Amino acid sequence: MRYSAWQILKNGLTGQKGWKPVWRSPAPRPEYDVIIIGGGGHGLATAYYLAKNHGITNVAVLEKGYLGGGNVGRNTTIVRANYHIDGNTEFYSHALKLWEGMEQDFNYNAMMSQRGVINLAHSDGQMDFYARRGNAIRMQGDDAELLGREEVRAAYPYLDHDNARFPIYGGLLQRRGGTARHDAVAWGYARGADLRGVDLIQNCEVTGFQIDNGRVKGVETTRGTIRAGKIGMAVAGRSSQVGQMAGLRLPIESHVLQAFVTEGLKPILPGVVTFGMGHFYISQSDKGGLVFGGDLDFYNSYAARGNLPMLEHVCEAGMALMPMIGKARMLRSWGGIMDMSMDGSPIIDKTPVDGLFFNGGWCYGGFKATPASGWCFAHLIATGTPSPHATKLLMNRFETGHVLDEEGTGAQPNRH
Amino acid sequence: MRLTCPHCGERDAREFTYLGSAKLLDRPAGDTGAEAFHEYLHIRENPAGPNAELWQHVMGCSAWLHVVRDTRTHVVESVSLASGVAR
Amino acid sequence: MSRLPSDGLIDREKIIRFSFDGKSYPAHPGDTLASALLANDVRLMGRSFKYHRPRGALTAGSEEPNALMEVGRGAHRVPNTRATVQEVFNGLEARSQNRWPSLRYDALSVNDLLAPFLGAGFYYKTFMWPKTFWEKLYEPIIRRAAGLGRLSGEADPAIYDRAFAHCDILVIGGGPAGLMAALTAGEAGARVILADEDFHLGGRLLSERDSVDDMRGADWAAEAAARLGGMPNVRIMRRTTVTGAYDTGTFGALERVADHISGPPDGCARQTFWRITARRAILAGGAIERPIAFPANDRPGIMMAGAVRSYLNRFGVAPAKQMAVFTNNDDGWRTAHDLVDAGVEVPALIDTRADVTVPQGPWRGIAGGTVIATRGRLGLNGITVRTPSGEARFRVGGLAVSGGWNPGVHLTCHLNGRPKWQSGIAAFVPAEGAVPGLSPTGAANGIFSTHGALVFGRSSADAALKTLGFSTSNITLPDAEDAPYRITPFWFVDAPGRAWLDFQNDVTVKDVKLAHQENFRSVEHMKRYTTLGMATDQGKTSNIGGLAILADLAGQTIAETGTTTFRPPYSPVQIGAFGARAEGKGFAPERFTASHAHAQELNATFVEAGLWHRAAWFAQGGETNWRESCDREVAMVRSTVGIADVSTLGKIDVQGPDAAAFLDHVYSNMISNLRPGRVRYGLMLREDGFVMDDGTAARLSETHFVITTTTAAAGQVMSHLEFCAQCLWPELDVALVSVTEQWGQFAIAGPLSRDLLSEMIAENISDTELPYMAHMPVTVAGIPGRLFRISFSGERAYELALPSGYGDALSRALVERAEAMGGGAYGMEALNVLRIEKGLLTHAELHGRTTADDLGLARMVSPRKDCIGKVMSQRPGLHGPERTQLVGLQPVDLAAELTAGAHLVNPGEPATRAHHQGYITSACYSPTLGHRIALGFAKNGRARLGEEIRAVDFMRQKGETLCRIVPIPFVDPEGGKLRG
Repeated sequence: MRYSAWQILKNGLTGQKGWKPVWRSPAPRPEYDVIIIGGGGHGLATAYYLAKNHGITNVAVLEKGYLGGGNVGRNTTIVRANYHIDGNTEFYSHALKLWEGMEQDFNYNAMMSQRGVINLAHSDGQMDFYARRGNAIRMQGDDAELLGREEVRAAYPYLDHDNARFPIYGGLLQRRGGTARHDAVAWGYARGADLRGVDLIQNCEVTGFQIDNGRVKGVETTRGTIRAGKIGMAVAGRSSQVGQMAGLRLPIESHVLQAFVTEGLKPILPGVVTFGMGHFYISQSDKGGLVFGGDLDFYNSYAARGNLPMLEHVCEAGMALMPMIGKARMLRSWGGIMDMSMDGSPIIDKTPVDGLFFNGGWCYGGFKATPASGWCFAHLIATGTPSPHATKLLMNRFETGHVLDEEGTGAQPNRH
Repeated sequence: MRLTCPHCGERDAREFTYLGSAKLLDRPAGDTGAEAFHEYLHIRENPAGPNAELWQHVMGCSAWLHVVRDTRTHVVESVSLASGVAR
Repeated sequence: MSRLPSDGLIDREKIIRFSFDGKSYPAHPGDTLASALLANDVRLMGRSFKYHRPRGALTAGSEEPNALMEVGRGAHRVPNTRATVQEVFNGLEARSQNRWPSLRYDALSVNDLLAPFLGAGFYYKTFMWPKTFWEKLYEPIIRRAAGLGRLSGEADPAIYDRAFAHCDILVIGGGPAGLMAALTAGEAGARVILADEDFHLGGRLLSERDSVDDMRGADWAAEAAARLGGMPNVRIMRRTTVTGAYDTGTFGALERVADHISGPPDGCARQTFWRITARRAILAGGAIERPIAFPANDRPGIMMAGAVRSYLNRFGVAPAKQMAVFTNNDDGWRTAHDLVDAGVEVPALIDTRADVTVPQGPWRGIAGGTVIATRGRLGLNGITVRTPSGEARFRVGGLAVSGGWNPGVHLTCHLNGRPKWQSGIAAFVPAEGAVPGLSPTGAANGIFSTHGALVFGRSSADAALKTLGFSTSNITLPDAEDAPYRITPFWFVDAPGRAWLDFQNDVTVKDVKLAHQENFRSVEHMKRYTTLGMATDQGKTSNIGGLAILADLAGQTIAETGTTTFRPPYSPVQIGAFGARAEGKGFAPERFTASHAHAQELNATFVEAGLWHRAAWFAQGGETNWRESCDREVAMVRSTVGIADVSTLGKIDVQGPDAAAFLDHVYSNMISNLRPGRVRYGLMLREDGFVMDDGTAARLSETHFVITTTTAAAGQVMSHLEFCAQCLWPELDVALVSVTEQWGQFAIAGPLSRDLLSEMIAENISDTELPYMAHMPVTVAGIPGRLFRISFSGERAYELALPSGYGDALSRALVERAEAMGGGAYGMEALNVLRIEKGLLTHAELHGRTTADDLGLARMVSPRKDCIGKVMSQRPGLHGPERTQLVGLQPVDLAAELTAGAHLVNPGEPATRAHHQGYITSACYSPTLGHRIALGFAKNGRARLGEEIRAVDFMRQKGETLCRIVPIPFVDPEGGKLRG
């Protein structure tokens, strides 16, 4: 069924009887051409592009819980392409282009809203660095503008421009950046993949791999053995756990990143604002909640929840940056398990096991990467060679030293 | 979260900073080559369960601590001085 | 007036006045905003989120989904305030929200008529064409319609605080179970904190007519509170909501210190956010009553039965003159009795259970009945009931509904605990051990009688006391009712029309059915698709109903269906409280150098350098912009002598027999062969082989060094060195201490620097005694200090350090002498120009992605020893042709601009990523050379000296400059000036 205003009207008049399941719930078949482990945003997008770009539809997505239940359903929904290191720049640039046509492509309104993302600068050195970053973005072909002090004041009057501990010197603005409705991204890809014949199998946890002579043959799951010659892992947050079953030794740690939302409020924040001193980023959802986040809690964790020190620190940063939010009430806090790689950048690559492919290490970049991650992972699985958009996201870069250390903080995951 | 520093007693985790796996105690000798250092610096077991890790009581006595903590529950099982860990 | 003639915990002697939507009303102290409005016959208190349906108070507590208001005026306005919690004070101003133009006539109530088209998730299926209309048309309309109250948009003028508290036993909730637990623990001598969100202790005792020990429950609670108040080991925290359970016995709690008074005293915080560390905790937060879904069950006047009893018994308010009762459990019956006792006419007591005998009374008792319709545009005026024998209509202004009680399991879910279904009470109860050290008790654990609450409150406290090593008390148990709780689950009435589950978000039974029909069948999918449970009450009244319907549709039990997760905070907390005192300058500590006051007197403009404030330039008469001052200061240093405070550099004292060996491990270059009295430039790598920091190492004796770090990396380097000393080489006998704060250190730079110092220092500082890169102990005015012959400007220069207490005096003495010699103070801007001219590095170049080789410092990685980072620095990725090398740049047209952040592109090639050749890290106007210069990184740069390259800057210059790659340093390449 194609979604449209006409369908809304028709079903509204006929008691909503005509709406079909947004995806099927098939039983797993014994064999597929490709298995994707992980029914999150990246796994679903991979399945979608395998079908759409490569015509590979005999595909199963295995999800241990419910579709979209990982970080695609628990992030701050920000989309941007403002990276400055080769390897990341072109990859996220491709992602942003896909975001821009995604809803029409998969016929699902993910509420991609290009309201602009600004990174505020608080020193001359930071302005110099943002200039450098902005130029890198422009040379990639994406948009970036460096706003001066007065331009920021005019565009963002509610920031503390006069009494701040760290005065605002300016900011790097990407107008094409913005936010999207996170769940809808997962559901849109799921629906699109299902329509093309992909089996989305929920409550199906992978418990082991069948590997024969260094070649993957299939997986053991809580719903039986499923065979496939090509298997892609897209289980960020749990990469180490799943990888271990296939003997992979990964440059990844799992950390908790908290995020927060306030009660609904009438519109007051038009775009996404990022504080340059202390981690803090905020936007307002279409429902009216202020959605904000900050830094990792800093310790390894699989608990998907955080502690007070970082929650308080994030709110401190919010009060320092925009003291008008003091009377907004935080409604809910939650935590996601971040697949933190050793250089802060992701991995989309083959593994030492023939036929087994790896997608992970997304750190904080996972949501905004979703379409390109799926696109490039599907390309790698289908063709055996990296997509031209993801030639540097390789596993062996830690051995060779071709690391993609956007923050320049070295091989310490919690500092990226 | 609270940690019991062997010098200072039980304190809020906000007094401490976290480095990472206690594997970092086992730095290879300089002549063992890049592969050993890659394993040391980059590869992590990343267990969902008890994890041996390094914290520093940076807002206290500055001691580096060897902590065993369950990454699923954050329950701290033991804390000792990193300098005293037998290697 | 609906105020009853007697009863209640309100002070009837005093009349206070408040306003709602501009109209003034009387109230009594002890009223909440909701009780006062009901007392004044105001039932319409808000509009729902989506359909803008008229709404009144559903509850009498913090779980309220409907009666949300804006309270206060101007910048003091607080949106989304629950009228059921807000205490009334004289002068309180409240306004309804999410309506236009008025609460009675809300234009967007048209949405209610369009409801057939606005079902769950309709927005995912439309608004996609044309593509550009989303940001321009659809989204602005949706955003304007959405949201609840308004922020003022002004900086929050209120004060908030944060505090820590510690106790043996934290008791959460001050109802019968909590009071009994606190009494038990308090009598035993434990340090107790009793926190309750209400302004009176007593919990349900305040709202029920049952007696405890032959007293009214409220009186017993007051007496218990007084007893506890007399115990020095017990701290009672009223108006304090425990908002979250965190690791290792840490709890968050919000105390509303002054939200209940008009204008807190000067300096008084409105709210305090507490971090409570408790060795044990007892959760006695009670239970929350749940509605039953039936058609149009959302009209003002339809309330939870327990809330009706609260308004009657605690606030002395009859919500309506005629009220019916609709229940699936015995607890609903007492509402009918209380209503009748208060003089309210009760035409019907409707019980969904066909197999019970509805108690006799002045009402029509209907067993096996259900409410199938309601009437009344802005408030209820009638209901239709399906009875076993047919249908009956009743004229009522109110309906009390009870679908049973849900234990308040919320805090037990905060550490990922999953509550367990208990079919006897048809509700979830806390999982055992869900939060280590916390025991749920009383109604929070599914024990609903007062007697049970008292018994289990005491036993929970005894158990906690025992584990803490206290002797248990033998406190006597008061007598109280022990009525059995009998319930037959009943979730929704099958009848035409919309039946609300989530009142605020307008989620109805149909929406859950649609979600199921579209295969959003996991509870999380259903929640996210319909938004059930995502309103400001986090589903406190709605979740279970939704789960039950989903379970029903799936043919599963509720236990099999599972729940979504409750997360902190328990009830919403203002960001201002979590981030108390961080606004303005409070966000981070401020560090001032010893010469700060002196610099202010010298008309310095300051700049933030990390936490430090440093003098950026010193404007002198006639200078109107920083460049003029900076150029003068640079020229001054190059021609006479300048003084700069460099105390912010990290300084670490390294001592011990193995100090030299230790430093060889952490510096890439050799330090151990440095002679005492000498200083060496040192480079530190990270273990991954990239450069971490640079600085100097001065050897004071065989076993004593002082090393410096950059200002920015001082903390990181100190921590790293401690790691190396304690974790990697614990066998080395070395001790480290940061002495950054202990020394006031000044650069004395320029050709006349030695002359200046000779006047102040008794010691011989001739070039033979103190050559370049040497240091010596000196005495300044009898004060022992250290003098280093090092330079960050390329000039003959020294750094003089005295204990920081003398920093101010030293600054004054140095600047005075410098001025007498034609020199003076210089700031960060000049310092930066001087170092760029000399090709020296800061974190613009040491940005964490550069290698020693990139920086032209490959020779500083000693081949004769191992060091941190050495092995990994040899990886191919740290040496390949794709890397860039540090070079100097100057414009071909010397008048042209050069900007930091510009990227380098070869002449004739497009400015795209594929043709990227490098970038500029630092740029300035060089007054010494009379044109702009820059440092940057270029591919194969060192082999391209003399070549032309374009600096392209889309950001600030919005253009490009043709440059020449030149060697660094720009000035005095032979270093003659440096050595003198």
